[in-house]
Amino acid sequence: MFVNDLPVLPVILPLIAAPICLLLPNTKLPGMFASLIAAVAAFASVLLLLQVIDSGPLTYNMGGWAAPLGIAYRIDLAGAIVMTLVATMAAFTLPYAINSVETEIVRSQTSAFFAMFLICFSGLIGVVATGDAFNVFVFLEISSLSTYTLVALGAKHDRRALTAAFTYLILGTIGATFFVIGLGLLYQMTGTLNMLDLHERLDGQDNKVIRAAFAFILTGLGLKLAMFPLHRWLPNAYTFAPSAVTAFLASTATKVAIYAMLRFLFTVYGFNFEFMNIAFTFFIILGMLGMFVGSLIAVFREDVKMIFAYSSVAQIGYMLLGISFATTAGVSAALVYVVNHAVTKAALFMAIGAVFYAMGSQRMAAFRGLAKRMPVTCGALIVSGLALIGVPLTAGFISKWLLVQAAFDTVLAVPSLLIVLFIVGTTLLAIAYVGRLVWEMTLREPEGQVEIKPVPRLMLVPMLAMAFLCIYLGIDADWLVNLSRTAAQQLLDTGLGTGGAF
Amino acid sequence: MLEFVLARYNYWIVIILMMTGLYIVFSRGNLVKTLIGLNLFQTSVFIFYITVGKVVGGTAPILVGDYTGESHGDDHDTGKKHSGETHSDALSSEDAAAAIRGELTNELHADGNDHHGQGTGESLHLAPENAGRNDLFSGTAESQGGAYITRESRAADPHHAEGAAEAMTEVLYSNPLPHVLILTAIVVGVATTAVGLAIAVRIREAYGTVEEDDLDDMDNKAQLAEASF
Repeated sequence: MFVNDLPVLPVILPLIAAPICLLLPNTKLPGMFASLIAAVAAFASVLLLLQVIDSGPLTYNMGGWAAPLGIAYRIDLAGAIVMTLVATMAAFTLPYAINSVETEIVRSQTSAFFAMFLICFSGLIGVVATGDAFNVFVFLEISSLSTYTLVALGAKHDRRALTAAFTYLILGTIGATFFVIGLGLLYQMTGTLNMLDLHERLDGQDNKVIRAAFAFILTGLGLKLAMFPLHRWLPNAYTFAPSAVTAFLASTATKVAIYAMLRFLFTVYGFNFEFMNIAFTFFIILGMLGMFVGSLIAVFREDVKMIFAYSSVAQIGYMLLGISFATTAGVSAALVYVVNHAVTKAALFMAIGAVFYAMGSQRMAAFRGLAKRMPVTCGALIVSGLALIGVPLTAGFISKWLLVQAAFDTVLAVPSLLIVLFIVGTTLLAIAYVGRLVWEMTLREPEGQVEIKPVPRLMLVPMLAMAFLCIYLGIDADWLVNLSRTAAQQLLDTGLGTGGAF
Repeated sequence: MLEFVLARYNYWIVIILMMTGLYIVFSRGNLVKTLIGLNLFQTSVFIFYITVGKVVGGTAPILVGDYTGESHGDDHDTGKKHSGETHSDALSSEDAAAAIRGELTNELHADGNDHHGQGTGESLHLAPENAGRNDLFSGTAESQGGAYITRESRAADPHHAEGAAEAMTEVLYSNPLPHVLILTAIVVGVATTAVGLAIAVRIREAYGTVEEDDLDDMDNKAQLAEASF
């Protein structure tokens, strides 16, 4: 029975668990309960991934209603990869959150925090699992609404979390509403919301309404994934949210939005839609600008969390770049990038959270000479920093390598060489901001003797696991690259109208 | 030209509301006003969806025929909600049936829409082509009275409905799906407003103001203080 319901299990489980979590006392219990749920969901999604690898895309009809009338969940390889990623991240971040949250939020909000976390988790998985366009909106909003609250909970430490959450709420809602307008226009033209149906009916159609819908949907998703000029909400939200929330959001929320973007670009619209080329050219330019501006601002920030928040804006640029190549190599590079960057950022933000736990500050000054005093955390920070830069033998190297390779293999509106130069140039900027942190940590003497609180093991283990994954994915990359290539192939085949994922 | 403008009455409202809402969001410094702007913006989308699903003269999508008698009470309610104007337009079933033959019947899965979308290209409207106006524009409703089959007519006169059941197996009804969808979106909108207001209250507690300029000032000062420290 459970095997049959596998596609829906990771969505339903946290959703049901959330209210139960809210009823638990404000001790460590809700955190442990949430961790358990996330672990089960992660297990289910791994099973799902294996099943999809084995037997192709899965369909699950909600309530037993067949596709065009009911809501169908469809999980193809790309979806299974992202779902496994999100669930794994939750399974690692939630145990980390148990201790980290004790100091970072008001005690009476602990159970509410974990309930929100579970709802956010469920929403993100839902976006990935569903095959219904309107359902994507609902799940996006489920995850976003809980995210606003989670960010605002950082107010115990810094009240700016509140203004950050408010800005995020306004921009996120505008994004979601744009997305709904786009869906409405699409529905008007096709009379369906099922992605498979949409694709069939949109095939060969091209008029102003469909183009407007395309623009609305992409702008809406662009706001959600913090595409370069629409990224204003991201740095503050990431900086002032509790560490565990930042680690989770940075590794999943924008990635899921990227996945939704992939779905709408390739599964719903597809290559027969001529407007796509304009959008891709647009993405290349925005992606390159985002890479450059994000990295540049990151170099000049004093708050370490802020540095890596801006770095996230830059990294999203890389992923957009991969998507905009619109080749198997490009999209698979973007998928690998999504996974690798998620792992890297989770490790980074967990390490910064550990430093914050120990020192009570996340400013550059707090990291001065820290390598001697907190060698393990700093080790994790350095490893993940190197992975972010893309040093060989780390995860970042593989994803950047694939991206550069894809860029050279594609004929684009913007010369490939220029794109590659941009990738290399922004990597140099990444060396600058990561290098600055590493220099402060290792080569400078600490100023004053601030009491260092020992970091609990429950925080160190997930952090080290992520740091280990950063290296592991850089050495044993074959399986992920092959998997992503197959997933990208399926996506593009659907886009070309030659079958595949759907 | 006038026809073109008037036929899209709802869409003009949607556009005006949407732009007003967005303008308020971007221009107002007060957080509560920003949220009100956001609400206006969302409301415009609700109206847009409702317009999409509405078919001129269409009734609520309820089973007719044998079911009429049993669901008498429900019918009555829906009829009232459906549209106030239709009360006066109650027709005899023969007239209605005749009218329907001339109309394009809207099917549940909106095949009619599909056909329409491809057929007219430039028109945004979902309504059957020969009913180019939306009945929210009350003047039009009056003039198209002939196209109405109201639930009211049958609910009020069950004897008539018996005979009408066969004649009206194909009843013109509004597409329920966009309305259901927008119900979901309204719930999301309410939740967003609630969260937004809650955060605004917390901001007021923490900062003592909800004016964005003052908040920015304080945040900038905090940042400067940190930098100099």
